Amino acid sequence: MLKITNLQKTFNPGTVNEKVALCGLDLTLADGDFVTVIGGNGAGKSTLLNAIAGVWKPDYGTIELDGIDVTNMPEHKRAKFLGRVFQDPMKGTAPDMEIAENLAIASKRGIKRKFRWGVKKSDRKQYKELLATLELGLENRLSTKVGLLSGGQRQAVTLLMATLNRPKLLLLDEHTAALDPKTASKVLYLTNKIVSENHLTTLMITHNMHDAIEYGNRLIMMHEGEIVVDVSGEEKKKLTIEQLLQMFEVSSGSKFGSDKAILSK
Amino acid sequence: MAFLNTLPGAVAEGLIWGLLAIGVYISYKVLDIADLTVDGSVCTGACVCAVLIGVGCPVIPAVIVAFLAGAVTGVVTGLLHTALGIPSILAGILTQLMLYSVNLTILGGKSLATIDPRTNRLLLNMSDNPKSIIVMIGIVAAVIIGLWLFFYTEIGLTLKSTGDNADMSRAQGVDVSRNKVIGLAISNGIVALAGAMLAQYKGSANINDGRGAIVIGLAAIFIGLSVSLKIKPNFVVSLIGVTCGGVIYYIVYNFVILLGLKTDFLKMLSAIIVAIFLAVPYLKTTHFQSKKTVPPIVKNTTGGEGDA
Ligand SMILES: Nc1ncnc2c1ncn2[C@@H]1O[C@H](COP(=O)(O)OP(=O)(O)OP(=O)(O)O)[C@@H](O)[C@H]1O
Ligand SMILES: [Mg+2]
Repeated sequence: MLKITNLQKTFNPGTVNEKVALCGLDLTLADGDFVTVIGGNGAGKSTLLNAIAGVWKPDYGTIELDGIDVTNMPEHKRAKFLGRVFQDPMKGTAPDMEIAENLAIASKRGIKRKFRWGVKKSDRKQYKELLATLELGLENRLSTKVGLLSGGQRQAVTLLMATLNRPKLLLLDEHTAALDPKTASKVLYLTNKIVSENHLTTLMITHNMHDAIEYGNRLIMMHEGEIVVDVSGEEKKKLTIEQLLQMFEVSSGSKFGSDKAILSK
Repeated sequence: MAFLNTLPGAVAEGLIWGLLAIGVYISYKVLDIADLTVDGSVCTGACVCAVLIGVGCPVIPAVIVAFLAGAVTGVVTGLLHTALGIPSILAGILTQLMLYSVNLTILGGKSLATIDPRTNRLLLNMSDNPKSIIVMIGIVAAVIIGLWLFFYTEIGLTLKSTGDNADMSRAQGVDVSRNKVIGLAISNGIVALAGAMLAQYKGSANINDGRGAIVIGLAAIFIGLSVSLKIKPNFVVSLIGVTCGGVIYYIVYNFVILLGLKTDFLKMLSAIIVAIFLAVPYLKTTHFQSKKTVPPIVKNTTGGEGDA
């Protein structure tokens, strides 16, 4: 499904701000893998997801999606294969447009858009049913501007938009981090539901070790632009937070100090 | 009484600037780009139309060519911005400067081209204000309907989202760069169309036509939206409001002239109006907040609950 080989990215090369964000990262995902990604601040998690999404070109290495080399494909073309939800709830939706219009745009991801009516009556019916599955009462607010929704509601709508056209790969970058605990768990619940119902191949970054262990079939830990821990299957199911902390210390060679607050339990 | 006499002329010319403001609305409000091409493209529209009519071209084709010429100016700015990475404000300024040379060339090196309304069949002219008003209402209505249809198509929706949230648009597979070019082409096409109407109305095209047009367009937008957004915040009502904003602007403009303000100061007045409209929302948040009770949420701002 996803095959990343020797991916390298350095920000601001040749300046005092030079920062190696990814150093020769390899990663292969099988079809239907739900992978949780953890790691301290600046470990390169977002950089990895942005490289897959095509926000910029990597310095070196290749990214293959379903057998297609997308390394040099522009972001908007690559979007055909990808569903994305960002950490910032403001980033995934167009605030000045109606919920239905946002969904209509998402429904044409990867499809050639034409001079056809953007939101048809039949579409509204479909969107209504989809919104009802969120159980947030949004099904009766199709004409509401998205900007008037709460962060959690916007994130739920973004999730719907990301998966409306089944993506080959779903990229979630701490998509619940900006939400209050209750809303966060609701959005996470929805995520898990949508991912498992549709058997979506998923990469989910999280700062919550508990969630990282509970969700998905595989867990990777990043440190300084590399994958340092990669567990899956039975081993992952039996994983505890204590073991995870220990793995971090062994692989990073440092005590679990300042990162403790961030890699919260 | 003198004021009433100038009213038809003010309405006719106001409608022309209202049409221009619709073009500016596309770039400024929909795409979220302050496009300074406008000062040049309105003049291009006027020059192309006047010169073509001058060489015997029928008026309708002349107007269409003027529209297309304006669209090309928008494409130039759009490509400077998206393909060459020049900030949009600078891209607009560069095109505007290029257009000064282009417009002079169109005018054959002179600074003025006249069209005689008696020997040419024009769509409108200041000698017949009632007719001019009717023609302009027809054109504005056609443009608004066209834009309304366009912006609700699959492609049109992505043009809106491009200006509203570029990140989201890219993530949804929208070619943001291409959309900006298309949007700027439409915007400047409409602006040039307004220029073509202005040339016919005045019976001439001048190399200095359009200086400060962007400011008048913005003034019309701010005046119009301050009313129309309170009525119903949708696309069509906004565009109608923007057109009315142009008319109100010209009526006030005429009134101020009658009061005896020297015409030299009119551009100053336009700039001040726009500065005030731009400053008020900012000052509101920095100086006038707190203490005052939060206004109750107005029902209709949620855009119609309960869908079919
Ligand atoms: N656009 C950029 N320009 C310069 N440096 C960047 C940029 N994006 C990321 N970096 C740097 O690359 C490194 C990795 O950043 P990245 O955002 O991938 O970390 P992360 O693992 O997502 O961290 P967090 O958990 O804080 O989100 C950091 O040191 C960061 O400062
Ligand atoms: Mg990050």
